[in-house]
Amino acid sequence: MMTHLVEWLTHTRISTTISDTAWIIPAVQCVHILAIAFTFTSMAMLDLRLAGVAGRQHSIESLAKRFLPTMWLAVIVLLVTGILLILGEPNRALLNWVFGVKMLLLLAVLLLTLVSDRVLRGYSGTWDRATRPPVGARVVGILSLLLWTSIIVAGRWIAYSG
Amino acid sequence: MLADFFKWLEQTTPARTISESGWLFPTIETLHVLALTLVIGSIAMVDLRLINVALRKRDVAELSDEVLPWTWCAFVVAALTGFCLFASAATKYVANVAMQIKFVLLMLAAINMLTFNLTLHRSIKTWGRDPKTPLGAQIAGGLSLILWIGVMVSGRWIGFL
Repeated sequence: MMTHLVEWLTHTRISTTISDTAWIIPAVQCVHILAIAFTFTSMAMLDLRLAGVAGRQHSIESLAKRFLPTMWLAVIVLLVTGILLILGEPNRALLNWVFGVKMLLLLAVLLLTLVSDRVLRGYSGTWDRATRPPVGARVVGILSLLLWTSIIVAGRWIAYSG
Repeated sequence: MLADFFKWLEQTTPARTISESGWLFPTIETLHVLALTLVIGSIAMVDLRLINVALRKRDVAELSDEVLPWTWCAFVVAALTGFCLFASAATKYVANVAMQIKFVLLMLAAINMLTFNLTLHRSIKTWGRDPKTPLGAQIAGGLSLILWIGVMVSGRWIGFL
């Protein structure tokens, strides 16, 4: 099924335009990397605080308010540029198992962020100023950082696997 | 003379190990990407504050003290991994126009940072809390942002030339 989709996508107008113009793919990749820089750094600000590693002088609530909107905006840019990259080279991504793993990891981290955001809102204030966040918060922070790191790793390895 | 050095560099055992191994180059490159996302992201936080776009309630001195140590750590990783990647095919990379542009932009970013540190940064205690930064700081922040994005873009382009 995926091969048919790839076959069809490859012959669409937008796909041929992207792949025939030499500068489009590197240019879109640059925007993609810039967006991952914003996503990763924003999440690191929150996750390192959740994990109890850094930023203890700031409340989790203030960090979440400051950095989550930036993170979501950057994720939208990531999705749009990612889709353009897939359209430009459908077989490079869609027929690649590393790309599949990357998408699963992405889904996992976005769900984790949505769920933990809800949970954290409910708790904020009661333990927010505590120097050492509870185990649950630390697990979420570390897991989120690991997931984003793995997503970047997988993203780079798409180029090296088939 | 410099050409001899690059020739020698890529023939050293570590450089040859990287270029002859199937997994070493992509692994080092992945570390390079992870490090550079943190360099750009964290520098952008300070730069966006300097150009009055974000984090305007934060004291610039305090923000820099909190963020820049992470930037430097990430930069050291990016520089070391970058050097390893470069060494693996030094003569090829030194002739790559995108790589040459990247070096120039890195040097300009360093000059911009040094100039800022030796001038306006000295009086940061007097203007750091003000939501609106002085013009010089805005210029330094804007230049830094443009130069670092340029470093990333030219870096990505190396592989396409």
